[in-house]
Amino acid sequence: MKLFNLSQQHIIPAEEADPVSLAELKEHPEAYAVALEPDESVEALRPFLAQITLVVLHFPIFRDGRAFTQARSLREYEDYKEEIRVTGHVLPDQAAFLRRCGVDTVVLSDDDDQTEWEAQLKRFTITYQQSIAS
Amino acid sequence: MKQPVGHYAYESRDREFLQERIAEFEDQVKRRLSGALSEEEFKPLRLMNGIYLQVHAYMLRVAIPYGILDSRQLRKLAHVAQRYDRGYGHFTTRQNIQFNWIALEDAPAILRDLAEADMHAIQTSGNCIRNITSDEYAGAARDELMDPRVHAEILRQWSTLHPEFTFLPRKFKIAISGSPEDRVAARFHDIGLLARPSENGPLFRVFVGGGLGRTPVVGQELFDSVPEAELLATLEATLRVYNAYGRRDNLYRARIKILVQTIGIEPFREAVKAELAKMDLSHYRLTPERVAAIRARFAAPELHAVDDADAVLAQHQKEDPDFARWVQSNTHPHFDEGYSIATVSLKTPGDIPGDVTAEQMDGLADIAERFAFSELRVTHLQNIVLGHVRKDQLYALWQGLKELNLAAPNIGLAGDIVSCPGLDYCTLANARSLPLARKLGARFGDARLQEEIGALSINISGCINACGHHHAGHIGILGVDKRGSEFYQILLGGQAGDHASIGAILGPALSEDDAVAAIARIIDHYLAHRNEQESFLEMVTRLGKAPFKEVAYETV
Ligand code: HEM
Ligand code: SF4
Repeated sequence: MKLFNLSQQHIIPAEEADPVSLAELKEHPEAYAVALEPDESVEALRPFLAQITLVVLHFPIFRDGRAFTQARSLREYEDYKEEIRVTGHVLPDQAAFLRRCGVDTVVLSDDDDQTEWEAQLKRFTITYQQSIAS
Repeated sequence: MKQPVGHYAYESRDREFLQERIAEFEDQVKRRLSGALSEEEFKPLRLMNGIYLQVHAYMLRVAIPYGILDSRQLRKLAHVAQRYDRGYGHFTTRQNIQFNWIALEDAPAILRDLAEADMHAIQTSGNCIRNITSDEYAGAARDELMDPRVHAEILRQWSTLHPEFTFLPRKFKIAISGSPEDRVAARFHDIGLLARPSENGPLFRVFVGGGLGRTPVVGQELFDSVPEAELLATLEATLRVYNAYGRRDNLYRARIKILVQTIGIEPFREAVKAELAKMDLSHYRLTPERVAAIRARFAAPELHAVDDADAVLAQHQKEDPDFARWVQSNTHPHFDEGYSIATVSLKTPGDIPGDVTAEQMDGLADIAERFAFSELRVTHLQNIVLGHVRKDQLYALWQGLKELNLAAPNIGLAGDIVSCPGLDYCTLANARSLPLARKLGARFGDARLQEEIGALSINISGCINACGHHHAGHIGILGVDKRGSEFYQILLGGQAGDHASIGAILGPALSEDDAVAAIARIIDHYLAHRNEQESFLEMVTRLGKAPFKEVAYETV
């Protein structure tokens, strides 16, 4: 497992993070990393955001775009400034979309090609919407 | 270059963007060939570039934003038809054009050729916001409240590669009209917008959750009067709700109409309002400056009517009854008394509805340059509209159309049939639709007969997905599979527009020939028993389907 850094922000190394689920979060006041399922609302994280420095969002399949809305909501509605990471089935072709919705890192498998991700991230110099990512 | 009339003039950044998009697609084709992308992964990516796999070959669907083409673009489409296809293209009900016989290897080259004329195939398919459709009489019709195309262009740009809404539960179709008549079937779209002016700038009536397909639903009003400043915020909020809560477990339950039906319009509206309440609206404001900047890239036609236009036209009509008939059915009132809106029928009796050859495209481009400020509009009924034609020049225009075999006087009449490609091309089809369209077209081909029958829409779909809008036709025809044979269900009484309703199934499905004969008897029954001035639809509404059912199944 390795991480691809989309945003060039400071990130938590892959081996350090041990995210808990939303349900577990309530019993673990010391937890700083949480994994949200696509059907869980980011609003539920609100009481815990002060302690959280990593939110992991999940793509069951690359066509399931709910994490885009979750990431953007975290940034826009919850004013969350720390790391957002995605796992699961994502394509390098989604790199810029992820970045523009506020995602920082992508979990890749060891044999995934990072150069493809780098190329895709830089592909478009022109966009037609504003982005939540700074 | 002079700015085009009727659509947005690209600037260099728009052209750069297209080049970046084509490079991306080329790379995706390479990665598919190398195996880096699986077919499952490649499919949605090629679909978002308009490339389908059909029965015999790949199909390319090219976007015609809000239906407007300039003559230079139409010539480019003719070139693509000639060079990469079999010499023709097919205009669809979503104001796109499809090329049915292309090779996947050619796709990047075709996209590059199209980009030379500022055209693309972006988001003509896939689970994203599709090509924005609009009113074919926009900016020309006498009854129009406001020209919706500037806002259609703003929506086109806003929806292009939207980072959050490119992997939605299902496709998402938006239509916008500025006419009180709702000429875009706003209530049959995921979002339908009806624009109107007010003292404080444009207002938008928003409908949500309409659609045809296997679950036909008439859209419901979400908001009555969204101010221009909040248009984009409102659309963002609506799509956010859909992206988060639309079903993804069942393809057939994934459209926004199912979400709206499941939770109800009131809770859906509350959910959209809750999003809006969380948003900093100033951040999403569509400013008058931004609207003005886009509007400045649209050229308006410089109209110079001649004084005696009406007299000249009347004289031509008197001298040539065939021309008079065409004027009667194929023109529409323009806001300028000296001008007319002319519709070119792509329904020549016996031909495939919406099919146009490369020669016809080039010919139409010439005609648009001579008579209509080089502007053409593709309609959702698969015809072509010339928006601004001087009345005294209609006769010369008509003569030019006759030479192209495109002068059928049948707009809004029985011969103006809407049909999907059906089993001849489509992998999802149950039955062919084109042979039926041709037979009906030939059966009612006689111009005098059509005139006598009056307003009538016939819509044919080859399967329940309803690409031919069969639910919305006065007479709808749906291809079904009956133990391995092609059969056809007949529906009566559907309509789009302000009184949108869904047609009722008449009875058991019929074979192709029986269906044609049954429809002929239905029409005969109407002609024999109608009240004075009563249209077919009015008679169906008055009497219900029973008497028509009786004659339809008389001999079967
Ligand atoms: C290979 C060709 C085509 C395929 C595979 C295809 C597929 C589909 C499918 C699956 C639906 C149903 C979507 C749903 O209900 O969720 C649909 C709807 C629709 N299609 Fe097509 N289609 C094709 C060609 C066309 C053509 C040629 C036209 C225009 C003449 C067209 C216009 C539409 C429209 C207007 C709908 C309306 C229903 C709606 O969106 O609610 N399609 N198509
Ligand atoms: S209605 Fe059915 S047969 Fe016709 S184009 Fe659509 S999916 Fe194909």
